[in-house]
Amino acid sequence: MGEYMPSLEMVNFRPEEVPLEDIDVSQRSLWVANRQQEFFSRLRDEAPVHFCKDSEFGPYWSVTRFADIMEVEANWQSFSSDPAITIVEPEEDFPLPMFIAMDPPKHDEQRKTVQGSVAPANLKNLEGTIRTRVQRVLDDLPTHEEFDWVDRVSIELTTQMLATLFDFPFEDRRMLTRWSDVATGGPETGVVESEEQRQEELLECLAYFTRLWEERAKQGLSNDLVSMLAHGEATQDMSPQEYLGNLILLIVGGNDTTRNSMTGGVLALNENPGEYAKLRNNPGIIPSMVSEIIRWQTPLAHMRRLATRDYQLGGQTINAGDKVIMWYLSGNRDERAIDRASEFIIDRDRVRTHLSFGFGVHRCMGNRLAEMQLKILWEEIQRRFHMVEVVGEPGRVPSNFVHGYTHLPTVLHPH
Amino acid sequence: MASVTFIEHNGTEYVVEAEIGKSLMQTALDNLVPGIDADCGGECSCATCHVMVDEAWLGKLTSLADSEDAMLDLNPERESNSRLSCQIAMTEELDGMVVRLPEFQF
Repeated sequence: MGEYMPSLEMVNFRPEEVPLEDIDVSQRSLWVANRQQEFFSRLRDEAPVHFCKDSEFGPYWSVTRFADIMEVEANWQSFSSDPAITIVEPEEDFPLPMFIAMDPPKHDEQRKTVQGSVAPANLKNLEGTIRTRVQRVLDDLPTHEEFDWVDRVSIELTTQMLATLFDFPFEDRRMLTRWSDVATGGPETGVVESEEQRQEELLECLAYFTRLWEERAKQGLSNDLVSMLAHGEATQDMSPQEYLGNLILLIVGGNDTTRNSMTGGVLALNENPGEYAKLRNNPGIIPSMVSEIIRWQTPLAHMRRLATRDYQLGGQTINAGDKVIMWYLSGNRDERAIDRASEFIIDRDRVRTHLSFGFGVHRCMGNRLAEMQLKILWEEIQRRFHMVEVVGEPGRVPSNFVHGYTHLPTVLHPH
Repeated sequence: MASVTFIEHNGTEYVVEAEIGKSLMQTALDNLVPGIDADCGGECSCATCHVMVDEAWLGKLTSLADSEDAMLDLNPERESNSRLSCQIAMTEELDGMVVRLPEFQF
């Protein structure tokens, strides 16, 4: 793939200075500068279903209002998840089939195989383990001196969780973090040098997990994800590429998401001292705050669909074969659906009404686990610290899909 | 108006008056019955308003649409009498209906 040079760099302009038809919200520079919301705001008001004729990712439609996104989500018959669910085109010579990028009925069969591991009934069994680990991670942190929250807390906790769900060798767990970064990044984001290196590392992931598969297939069915896949009727005969695809789905799904909500919450509370005060005065507010953090952060900024038939949406005709991007990050700031949507309000009404988990048959299967991890983290933070203070600028992931942070310098102030 | 009884997983009962035509989900929310999240607001798109309908009333409901069936199917704890309460509109015929709430919403 050659270097794409946009004719207009959005980041050099204010949204109103760019002709509507030339707006391209997918440009990574806009996301690194954290200015994408200004452009989404203009699209929601003036062109809520907007066609971008040329971008690094080819032509695509942007759907930016809450209600329009709901309409697309609910209609998988017209908006297919096959062959991919992000704006990036899949590599033709390295296809990664995964159930999130399939439609019913195959999607449903494969998803059901693993769904139970993160369904609410099983979460009761995990709660004690999660709390003990959170306590240990927080108790090991330095106080009154600067450290990186992303590395020491967000990555560490989500990676430990993932290792548990896979029953993955605990000492090797940072490999999961690496594979997650490699899966969602590429040479253009600086995670790897080349596409070849990316594929090599993902094949190492496959080789590692193939050993685990063989081991688990010989034993009886247990409660970890690898065992469930190896014994599941809908998954036991998957090709290696399909196994890798589904592993990446589970790794990214359990890693890049909650990781960035764990960081985003700290940032949002620092930017909104009044909300931090509400939290200090009332720890019972935490479950509500967790939903608000997940809305505010929207750790996965979009999902992509392929129109399978001509479809009228918001006064525009989307043609069969068009790429359609549902910008969750925009829908979650839509004043038409959410009162004072641009504000972070930890005790807002209808706090659970947000798009971050998606809706319809592809709705996030780990949503309750994510909420539980965040709830426990904040309960344990509040027991220990008066404030997790942000002492520098966050580093932002150069991606329009993973809406997250590379680092966040913080200092802890105990009670 | 019609009367509906919601029974929480722990056995607590809530007897509420339901407006004819209103969804069972909205009836629960309006009467502050706990245990219904209704994340998608009644669009049959999240399955967080799951209830189990007492067998005596099951036959009086409109049949399960494909979209409701698909959402319920994502839940490993689905029962044979599981329904999404956003898809049940109250009628006179449902006066006295009893529904149970799951321990967890999905």
